[in-house]
Amino acid sequence: MTDQSNQSVELDHEASDYEGADPLTLDANATAGMLMEIFGTEMTVAASRCTHCGNRAQVGSLRAYVHAPGIVLRCSTCTEVVLRIMRRPDGSYLVDARGAAYIRM
Amino acid sequence: MATLNWQIATVTAVRDETPRVKTLSLLVPGWQSHRPGQHVDIRLTAEDGYQAQRSYSIASAPNEQPVIDLSVERVEDGEVSPFLHDEVVVGDRFEVRGPIGGYFVWDGAATDPLLLVAGGSGVVPLMAMVRHRSHIGAAVPCTLLYSSRTPDDIIYADELARLGGRDDGLRVIHALTRVQAAGWTGYSRRIDMRMLGEVLEGTGRMAQAFVCGPTPLVESVAESLVNIGLAPGQVRTERFGPTGA
Repeated sequence: MTDQSNQSVELDHEASDYEGADPLTLDANATAGMLMEIFGTEMTVAASRCTHCGNRAQVGSLRAYVHAPGIVLRCSTCTEVVLRIMRRPDGSYLVDARGAAYIRM
Repeated sequence: MATLNWQIATVTAVRDETPRVKTLSLLVPGWQSHRPGQHVDIRLTAEDGYQAQRSYSIASAPNEQPVIDLSVERVEDGEVSPFLHDEVVVGDRFEVRGPIGGYFVWDGAATDPLLLVAGGSGVVPLMAMVRHRSHIGAAVPCTLLYSSRTPDDIIYADELARLGGRDDGLRVIHALTRVQAAGWTGYSRRIDMRMLGEVLEGTGRMAQAFVCGPTPLVESVAESLVNIGLAPGQVRTERFGPTGA
């Protein structure tokens, strides 16, 4: 499968009407399929706690950055990294969860 | 919890919504009923084995199953949407998996008034909520504030006019940012804090807001709603960003 990091950047035609925000930011909801693939369950409604600022939020509310080699989910409050996910060449995933104090499943 | 498997979907209908948006109806045998707001991943495989994968929101309400509608905006330099627009015909098959996502959903159980804010094709998952609300006869007040560039760009225009005219608690409010028809009485600018404040007057501050569209619009609307006084938990967002296409 191709992961989203291989995608070219294609801006929606409505986007230029609203300036100032980083158009590459998504919600973690957009990564729900991949999260389900990794964790085997629907993850976007799971509660998580940011290690950096302590904010508690559902995983779906995290900010997702999918255009780097790998996927980064950041806290919507302090913008620090909560989860980093890499797909390895053999198809397995590496999940760096140092930024999550916990994820309730 | 169901696992996420790739399934074969067959295209049963293709229709033009606007010059830039087409709706594909897909028959997915054994489809597990979705919740309004959820999306599917679709995967296309070329003859040489190259695969492209994208997420698309489901536009139809769950009662249409096992057929689901996806409304796809054409992105000119995109890899997948031009294919879906130009090549796909009734009878074609490709892989889908889903339904996906539990965060950006409204299935009629909640009783808080709904404020749906859409930019462009961000209306698609919100349309599933509007259709579902209508289908189950929910009494929950619902306001859809929908930003489009021109009248021709309004997706589901006729259906929204019909549903909004039923006097069943659904208000449909359009904002046209570039071109307005003669005699236009709706908003003629981008969605801003003042507009959201006016719309909320008729909705109430207890509203559960769902905001979907391009990332800059979503950021701007979500920030404005919180500035107006909604709690962050009352505002759920789905940023389209540039991953569609």
